[in-house]
Amino acid sequence: MAKELIMDIKDFSFKYAGAPKPSLMNINLPVYKNKITAMIGPSGCGKSTLLRSINRIHDLYPNNEYTGEINLLNIQKNEFENILDIKKENEFIKLRQRVGMIFQKPTPFPMSIYDNVAYGLRLSGLKDKNILDEKVEKALKGAAIWDETKDRLKESAMGMSGGQQQRLCIARAVALKPEVILFDEPTSALDPISTKAIEELISELKEFVSIVIVTHNMQQASRLSDFTAFMYIGELIEYNKTDKIFLNPKEKLTEDYITGRFG
Amino acid sequence: MNRELIFKRVAFSSATLILVLLLSIFIMLFVSAKPAMSEYGLHFLVESNWGKIVKIKSDKSKAISQKTKRSADKSDDLFADEDSPMFSDQTMPGNDQSEQVVKTKTIYGGFVPIMGTILSTLIAMVFSMPIAMGIAVFLSEIAPKIIVKPVGIAIELLAAIPSIIYGMWGLFYFAPLIQKVIGGSQISLLTAGLVLGIMILPFMAAITRDAMNTTPDVLKESAYSLGATKFEVVKDIIFPYAKVGIIGSVILSLGRALGETMAVAFLIGSVFKISGSLTSPSISIPVVLANNFGEADPQMMSALFYLAFILFILSFGIIALAKFYFLRGRR
Repeated sequence: MAKELIMDIKDFSFKYAGAPKPSLMNINLPVYKNKITAMIGPSGCGKSTLLRSINRIHDLYPNNEYTGEINLLNIQKNEFENILDIKKENEFIKLRQRVGMIFQKPTPFPMSIYDNVAYGLRLSGLKDKNILDEKVEKALKGAAIWDETKDRLKESAMGMSGGQQQRLCIARAVALKPEVILFDEPTSALDPISTKAIEELISELKEFVSIVIVTHNMQQASRLSDFTAFMYIGELIEYNKTDKIFLNPKEKLTEDYITGRFG
Repeated sequence: MNRELIFKRVAFSSATLILVLLLSIFIMLFVSAKPAMSEYGLHFLVESNWGKIVKIKSDKSKAISQKTKRSADKSDDLFADEDSPMFSDQTMPGNDQSEQVVKTKTIYGGFVPIMGTILSTLIAMVFSMPIAMGIAVFLSEIAPKIIVKPVGIAIELLAAIPSIIYGMWGLFYFAPLIQKVIGGSQISLLTAGLVLGIMILPFMAAITRDAMNTTPDVLKESAYSLGATKFEVVKDIIFPYAKVGIIGSVILSLGRALGETMAVAFLIGSVFKISGSLTSPSISIPVVLANNFGEADPQMMSALFYLAFILFILSFGIIALAKFYFLRGRR
């Protein structure tokens, strides 16, 4: 299978507003299309910071500094664009529709299940009720939660279980047909059964989207991902195919971490 | 001795004190208002005369002239005629002042102060609500951190200004300004309502801001991740999420506005009149109370307590409603 890049992060450094030193230093990381790229590493290593840079969520808070490039493939033009050049609000909106994000805790909006999924679609200007219905159904099916929700679409999303809420959030992101979905420890607040459902869902999703996932759970990374990046104190220590990282790591630090000697 | 037990008892009695206070205030108001309640009944709520002396029974010589005088005040006519036999023992003989014996009764009605209270509060709410929401949205979502701190402190300082100072400022500075812009009287329902609105503004803005700040960051980030703009996040995420707190802040401010005395006393004019125009003077319940206790006779005193009782019920009902909302939100 030919490997095709969807994102290419080059020499990326990031410093939070007011922080004495950068949280990320000279990160180089490719993200392949329709693959799952996992980022692992101990707490505070910067993996979430890197993930949040990819859809520029950091820019909601002022005065963060960054250098380098995060290139995202523009599929129509078939060329890479540096998303760090984005300055206008409507371009941010477009970027975030192309690069969706799922958070650690489920974040259902205080509205009905249907409205949650339709929210992003409506924001993008879609008003036709029939098309909305169709897309909501498709997204809910895509997130494997249609059967549980089809009879209660008008009910509040706050009444669902944690696992259902997380799948709803995935449906909400999927509805926009993003090119990349970022998962920030999506199962760390869930029970084992819900975790399994989410993991299965993620591996099905890669047919349609490219996935970057941050996880604390090394089994999860090895089960799910095609590529793994190991990070430590703001630096990317090792990046390779997942089986190589887990079976035959090149760096001593990586080996220590995945064998549980620290972390 | 058992320290646990003492500690428990002290805590328990401190908590009980609150209930005892509440109950004793309620009972005191009710008992003091009782004579007026039994005399005027619910008609008190719609009677617009205050302290009007109506002659009930008179000597035959003056009968005709009094009859004509009475029919002039249509509203009292029926009332007085109906009840006149029962009042024979309560009436006062007026023989010191004039040669003939005239029996009179004084009519007290709460309509004007009740309407004055409701209208001035309504003006205050209509004026302050949108501005408070604007301040809260600005502080919690839009303003850069350097501005949030000083503006937040300014709001808290504004809330700490004694109401009499608002009243003086309103009377000497704000009312003339309003008169220039809108016209009408300087001392009026409108200026009282607006100053009242300015008074509750910082209070409402601060609570609303706190309610909005409880919206989790990741919820907002989720919405931004779906391509929402700041306005859309405020409208679709923050307002629905903080709804309960915002309604609570509005209702608490409402309760505060209802009971405000000093600032309103400066500006409302203390005239027992309710006219079609908001720019003419009127009176509110707390102002009636503050102005009239000094020289009240027993009957008027009871009427004042009746008014106080109505104000108590109004405020109590509103705060209870607020609590209901808060509790419902927590579940």
